[in-house]
Amino acid sequence: MTVLADKLPETSAGESTTSDALDVEKVRRDFPILSRMVHGKKLVYLDNAATSQKPRAVIDAISGYYENDNSNIHRGVHFLSGLATEAHDHARTTVQKFINAADSREVVFTRGTTEAINLVAQTYGRAHVGAGDEVLITAMEHHSNIVPWQILCEEKKARLRVAPIDDRGELLLDEFEKLLTPRTKIVAVTHVSNALGTVNPLAAIIKMAHSRNIPVLVDGAQAIPHLRVDVQALDCDFYTFSSHKVYGPMGIGVLYGKASLLESMPPYQGGGDMISSVTFEKTTYNKLPYKFEAGTPDVAGAIGLGAAIDYVNHLGRENVAAHEHELLTYATHTLSAISGLRLIGTAREKTGALSFVLEDIHPHDIGTILDQQGIAIRTGHHCAQPVMERFGIPATARASFAVYNTKEEIDALAAGIQKVREVFA
Amino acid sequence: MADLRELYQEVILEHSKTPRNFKQPPAVNRSAEGYNPLCGDHFTVYLDMEGDSIRDIGFKGSGCAISKASASMMTQIVKGKSKQEASALFEDFHKLVTGTDGKNADLGKLAVFSGVSEFPTRVKCATLAWHTLQAALAGQHDAVSTE
Repeated sequence: MTVLADKLPETSAGESTTSDALDVEKVRRDFPILSRMVHGKKLVYLDNAATSQKPRAVIDAISGYYENDNSNIHRGVHFLSGLATEAHDHARTTVQKFINAADSREVVFTRGTTEAINLVAQTYGRAHVGAGDEVLITAMEHHSNIVPWQILCEEKKARLRVAPIDDRGELLLDEFEKLLTPRTKIVAVTHVSNALGTVNPLAAIIKMAHSRNIPVLVDGAQAIPHLRVDVQALDCDFYTFSSHKVYGPMGIGVLYGKASLLESMPPYQGGGDMISSVTFEKTTYNKLPYKFEAGTPDVAGAIGLGAAIDYVNHLGRENVAAHEHELLTYATHTLSAISGLRLIGTAREKTGALSFVLEDIHPHDIGTILDQQGIAIRTGHHCAQPVMERFGIPATARASFAVYNTKEEIDALAAGIQKVREVFA
Repeated sequence: MADLRELYQEVILEHSKTPRNFKQPPAVNRSAEGYNPLCGDHFTVYLDMEGDSIRDIGFKGSGCAISKASASMMTQIVKGKSKQEASALFEDFHKLVTGTDGKNADLGKLAVFSGVSEFPTRVKCATLAWHTLQAALAGQHDAVSTE
């Protein structure tokens, strides 16, 4: 099914190749929610690292599916079941092309990044990590790339090692390499830090690990909306991301895994769809990727994700990245000029998010005062408490950007921060 | 900005900047940790109980202006009160900040927190120290959480 493709101009590569600068006002009109008011003010949505807003094309693809094609997949011989199955398969192929996976069998749909990481920890991890072994992560991980490994290590009496970061929020590569030992069974690392915006040097990380035959899982939740991801070029073993951070619906995400690894892994959950045959004596598991997709999947979610990817391709990923880079540079410059404001996370390579603290004003108070002006940011520890501890702060305020944000909105943020200072003066 | 001034009243800002009883009292026989996972607010409330009466109270930790001011003013008002009186005050305070008929209760200075009821996301901030006090009074050992 091609709910969306019908409405978008096709190019041979499935992606807009024009290098024309993005027409942000036109992009904004694609997102219905951006025209709403909050507390009587125009919404300034700068909480995109938490979740992005959805374009009309995604909303229509989901409602269109339920209005016209809804049926369970891989079940019926009837017309609608065929349509739904085809649409679900099509979404998987769209994801495969988006991340340049070699084969659509390597794309497993999950509930999101968190479930994808848990899946690997509970299957690959349980099969390969034993007593005294080590799992290596970094000090800038989101809780979703810490806790699944802690659970595994606790069960297996293994050790969770943490590679440190510096005051800029950059991974200390030398220290990381020293922590790769003969006992290291897997490396799990974020592509982009959600709290700091740091882009990790994945190529170097993966090379170091692979030279010791250690597989690498990448948490791509914060990278997928901003960076071109090519899993074959990266040569990562697992790549995980969530649909809702890249303009798609909540409740669906992706685990990419190299086919050879996925083949060797035990199943995650048991149930329908993940089997070839079942008797009370023995069950034969289904082939990839269905082996890891027990139960009725979120078909509408997959279709919505496919529509979101089509939308990003339509805008042109290079155009999106260029616009967001400009926003981040402008925001860094504008916010740095505010006296008493300190940026948390000043890595040389950053994307998407800008964390800051303001004198001794708690971020939660900053968030409330900005909210009264219609400005939505995230405040708190961003599910990255160890990062907060590393910087000796309880929380930060974080503005994070998407393709529809403008420099005017960053000016509004700066003016809002001045109001925070006035209230606390 | 009028709404914001309702929330961030001068008294609240002043208490958040210079919190009272912001220390561990010399003699402590009960304490509890309170934690708001949403924003990372984290306080410990220390009690020096004489029977059922709060002889001394202090708190330490970090949090937003609302949570810190609330903790500070709570320690002032419950000092010398009995466990039952403190619990009754919390009940009235909770009604005040959630906007459920607390305006008539005699909360004295705590009435400055009435603006919180217009900001539902901040109710947890205003009540964190009180929940923690309840836990300390009950002799609970696990950290309490607002979630």
